Amino acid sequence: MSSEKPVLYTYWRSSCSWRVRIALQIAGIEAEHRPVHLVKAEQTSQPYSELNPLQQVPSMVINGETLTQSMAIMEYISELKPDCNLLPASPLDKAKVRMICEIINSGTQPLQNLSVLKKFSDKQEERADWAKYWITKGFVALEKALKNTAGEYCYGNKLTLADCCLVPQVYNAVRYYVDMSEFPLISKINQTLEKIPQFKAAHPSNQIDCPE
Amino acid sequence: MSSESDTPRPILYSYFRSSCSWRVRIALALKGIEYELRPVNLLKREHKGDEFIQMNPQGFVPYFVHGHVRLSQSLAILEYIEEAFPSPVRLLPSAPDKRALVRSLAHIIALDIQPLQNLRVLQKVGDERKVEWARDFITEGFQALEKGLEKAHGRYCVGDVATLVDVCLAPQLYAARRFGVDMSKFPTICKMEEVYKTEEPFIRAAFDRQPDTPEDLRAT
Repeated sequence: MSSEKPVLYTYWRSSCSWRVRIALQIAGIEAEHRPVHLVKAEQTSQPYSELNPLQQVPSMVINGETLTQSMAIMEYISELKPDCNLLPASPLDKAKVRMICEIINSGTQPLQNLSVLKKFSDKQEERADWAKYWITKGFVALEKALKNTAGEYCYGNKLTLADCCLVPQVYNAVRYYVDMSEFPLISKINQTLEKIPQFKAAHPSNQIDCPE
Repeated sequence: MSSESDTPRPILYSYFRSSCSWRVRIALALKGIEYELRPVNLLKREHKGDEFIQMNPQGFVPYFVHGHVRLSQSLAILEYIEEAFPSPVRLLPSAPDKRALVRSLAHIIALDIQPLQNLRVLQKVGDERKVEWARDFITEGFQALEKGLEKAHGRYCVGDVATLVDVCLAPQLYAARRFGVDMSKFPTICKMEEVYKTEEPFIRAAFDRQPDTPEDLRAT
C-alpha cells in the first residue's frame, strides 16, 4: 500500500459510510476522515461531484485511486487485507457472506435512503412508514438467512463484511420503529457486535462530524 | 476447481423479465456454462408457492443451484460464478483497483437503480406514480454511470471485454426503455446497448428468448 493515508469521505450517520468505517477498523487500515455534510448538500458541490458523480457518500481515495460504492470499497479492502477474513477464503463461504450483505445493501437500505424517502412523500409520517415497511421486509429475509449462517456473528464466529452491513441497518431499523422483537437473531448479533471496539470506533456518535 | 467438472450442471431458477435473473443468464452465457433454466412466474406468485419456498425460504429469484451450492442474490451468485468458473472468460479484471472500478459501476446499477424500480417497489408506489418514479431513478443512476463509462469504456463498459458492468447494464436498459427514459442524454450507454444487440451471449440471455417468455413478447 502507498505511504499516503487513505482518505474516506463520510457522513456520520450515513449507513454506507458507516459500513466502510467498520471494515477499515477490522482491517486495521487507518484513514483520514473528511466529513461531507449531507443535510447541507455538500455532496452536490463541484469538487465532490467530480469525485463521486452520484453525489453520495462514501468515497475513498486510496493508493492513488478514487473508489465509490460502499460494497466495492469493502471488497477492495478485503482484497488488500485477505488475512482479516472480511471475506472468507472459499468461494462458497464468500458467496454466503455476500448474500447476507446484498439482502441489506440491495434489498433494504436503498429503499430507505433519504433521497428515496424525499421522493416518496413530503410528509415525515409517510416517509417513516415507508422506511419501516421496507426495513421490516428486508429483516424478514435477513433473519431467515442468518438462521443458516450465524454463529457468534453473521457468518460463523469471525467478523465479515456481513457484520459491517448489519449494524448500520439495525440502527436505522430502530430509528424507524421497526419491531425488533420479531428479529431475535439479528438483535442478538447486533448486541454482540456493538460491544466490539472496532464497531464502537466506527459508530456515528464517535465521528468528528457528529453533532453535539 | 476440477471438482466443478464432476458436479452436475447448474440450475437457475429465473423469471424471464427479472433483471436479477437476467444478469445471471448473461454471465452464464458469456462464460459458456451449460445450465438448466427453471422458470418461476413472479406474476403468478410461484416464488411464494410451497414448493419454491421449501427449497428457497427467501422466495427470491434468481436462485442458483450447483451441486451442494445454493445461492440467492444476484451479485453473490455472479461473484460465485466468477470464482467457480474462472476460465476461459473472466468478468472481473485481475488488478484490485480495476476490480473496484468494475464493481463500483456495476453497483450503481445493481444497488442504486434496480432495487428502486423493481416489481415489488413499483407495486407499492402505485400505478399512478410508478412510471415517473422508475424513470427518475433510472435517469439519476444513468447520469452517474454515463460519467463513469465516458472514462472507462472501450468496446464494452470497462475496456474491450465484457465485465460485470455489462452483465448488469443490459437488463437495466430494457427497464430504461420500458419506462421511457430519455436516452439521448446517455450516448456512451447507448453505444453499449448497440453492442449487446449484436453479441450472442447477450441475445441468448435476453428477456424475449426465454422458455417462459410469453408469446406476445417473444423475439421473432
